[in-house]
Amino acid sequence: MIKGKFIDNLPKVYGIYTGGFLVFIIIMAIAEQAGMTAKMIGIFFVSFTVLIYALIGWLSRTLQTDAYYVAGRQVPTVFNGMATAADWMSGASFVAMAGGIYFKGYGYMALLVGWTGGYVLVASLLAPYLRKFGCYTVPDFIGTRYGGNLARFSAVIVLTVASFTYVTAQINATGTIASVALDIPFEIAVYVGLASILMCSMLGGMRAVTWTQVAQYIVLIIAYLLPVFWISNNIGAGFFPHFMLADEVARIAELEGQFGFVKNSAADLATVPKGLSAITKAHSSVNATPWAFISLAVCMMAGTASLPHVMMRYFTTPSVRTARRSVGWSLFFIFLLYSSAPMLATLSKISLMDPNLATGIIGKSITEVQALDWYQNWNQAKLMFVSDFNGNGTLELNEFFMKGSAVVLATPEIAGLPYVISGLVAAGGMAAAMSTADGLVLAISNALSHDVYYKIINPKAETAKRLIVARVLLVLIGFAGATIAALEIQGILGSVIWAFDFAMSGLFFPLVLGVWWKRANAPGAVAGMLLGLISGTAYLVWVRSGGSGFLGITQLTFGIVGAAVSLVSMIVVSLITAAPDAATQKMVDDVRVPSGKTILGKQH
Amino acid sequence: MSKQEQHWEKTRNLLFITLAIWFVFSIGIFLFGAEMQESSIRPFGYPLTYWFTCQGSLAIFVILIFWFAGRQEKIDDEFGFTEREGDQ
Repeated sequence: MIKGKFIDNLPKVYGIYTGGFLVFIIIMAIAEQAGMTAKMIGIFFVSFTVLIYALIGWLSRTLQTDAYYVAGRQVPTVFNGMATAADWMSGASFVAMAGGIYFKGYGYMALLVGWTGGYVLVASLLAPYLRKFGCYTVPDFIGTRYGGNLARFSAVIVLTVASFTYVTAQINATGTIASVALDIPFEIAVYVGLASILMCSMLGGMRAVTWTQVAQYIVLIIAYLLPVFWISNNIGAGFFPHFMLADEVARIAELEGQFGFVKNSAADLATVPKGLSAITKAHSSVNATPWAFISLAVCMMAGTASLPHVMMRYFTTPSVRTARRSVGWSLFFIFLLYSSAPMLATLSKISLMDPNLATGIIGKSITEVQALDWYQNWNQAKLMFVSDFNGNGTLELNEFFMKGSAVVLATPEIAGLPYVISGLVAAGGMAAAMSTADGLVLAISNALSHDVYYKIINPKAETAKRLIVARVLLVLIGFAGATIAALEIQGILGSVIWAFDFAMSGLFFPLVLGVWWKRANAPGAVAGMLLGLISGTAYLVWVRSGGSGFLGITQLTFGIVGAAVSLVSMIVVSLITAAPDAATQKMVDDVRVPSGKTILGKQH
Repeated sequence: MSKQEQHWEKTRNLLFITLAIWFVFSIGIFLFGAEMQESSIRPFGYPLTYWFTCQGSLAIFVILIFWFAGRQEKIDDEFGFTEREGDQ
């Protein structure tokens, strides 16, 4: 069936894969009709997809450094776009985003704008130039452009802090989903998630991660879009929700006015399980100040352009031109999901709130709601809660509590879709969290194995030894991440936002100025990275420990402080120390034109 | 001015235009979020600010990147700096 080189057959291979997955969904739907239990369907969905990823990971095993680090630099534009989209869209995007929009409304939409707008910076400021450089990792660029082990090592520190914060959240997400779908305790599920992640990346490095990420993107986008379109049709909102939900948005505003936002007393709230909230903010009105919105968006945009696991995806394209176009495709594939998240939040809200719909629960009697099947299931999973605070016997808007992740996970069931869709959504969430965790674990272990071990500690190491070190580090970092994830220190979404702020604090300006400012030198870059990271972290610690902060910068936007310090210190230190030598200046000139050889060789 | 300097000047100008458009739709319009929301312009019937955060800005970014990539390729072609087989 498949002849010739794998790369030439990609559309065919993934076409068959997608068809196979759709057939699998249909088989599951038939099995559900034939009486298969919801639990079995969940187990089938998650384990079947994870096994496929593991198979791809095994088939992509490699013993070559350029295949291990940059997938042999032969990933075509569109496929790299899909892989980046999966790499990018984490458990937070898939499971938490619609919930955030559902509860916070406008203020939260800054994340949507920030997480997409950042790609314009990636495409115009960085990706094509870093591709021309020919580096294996982001610290590889910093180390070669600025010269010296100190610059390289500083970049590794920033990368590790940012990516590690991020990866614990992703392993936490895989654990959460695996524990619900496979019905095992969270502490064990975290390691099941870790094992799946390592199976995809250990043998084949970047090559294996690339081809599993494409497969994961296909699963996650089907799992996200299918319920959105289905629910929209089910409640008669329109067959294409993105263009047809205006009436529903207006109706929600009307209902909000009717029900009112009643503030719960502290004593009442104390009875609500941790992490659950009621709707307290209007769905579509502008409820945040311009600065609150813009500062969060700016942090997410600059963070996007500094996160190494995203940047390194553009090292895998065959050329500078394809790297540039690939950024556009990445954003297109991300856009498909991100533009659907607000629609899902709208559909979820209207399903629950509108008394004219069969699914509406606000205004019904409390006992009636408590008797609903789906309520009992999700209440048991500690994702939903109702309580008659005012004692009037009917459910008010402020008396219905839900966890953010329930918006994605439970809406299909609330809207009366068959359970097969819930199983599909679980598989999609698993794919999203796994693909991002893979990219992150690989980014950290590649930086440690290539930049710290090979470039600094043992430059004479042979290929086989380098790749063994890379794999051992991969496993160690995975285990460290899982151990911390099992402690559940910070929520999924909070950790992800912090990761962006860390990356922005330490890496944004050293990366951008490395290409766009010839005068930038090693002492300046080191100062920019370290002082940026330290000041950002200090601000975070200060605000977390009760500090009042300044200029309305919160613990979610501390990257603004870090990046500002980074920029100023980098410029000042660069200008008071000697300009980079002629060879470095020539290197920057070469990076700026697409033609000619890459700065670093194919194998280095 | 050498060929390379001219190429870089054009590249830089393209960057400024791209970033200006980016700035308008990621930061600029949200300075007036409350005002725009009241506007009678309602794409697909959605309130204007709401629409920009859900779809508008996002879609503009996608189009902007492809437009930018196309323009940059033209600049590279113009100066003969496009990659050739065997460059890498």
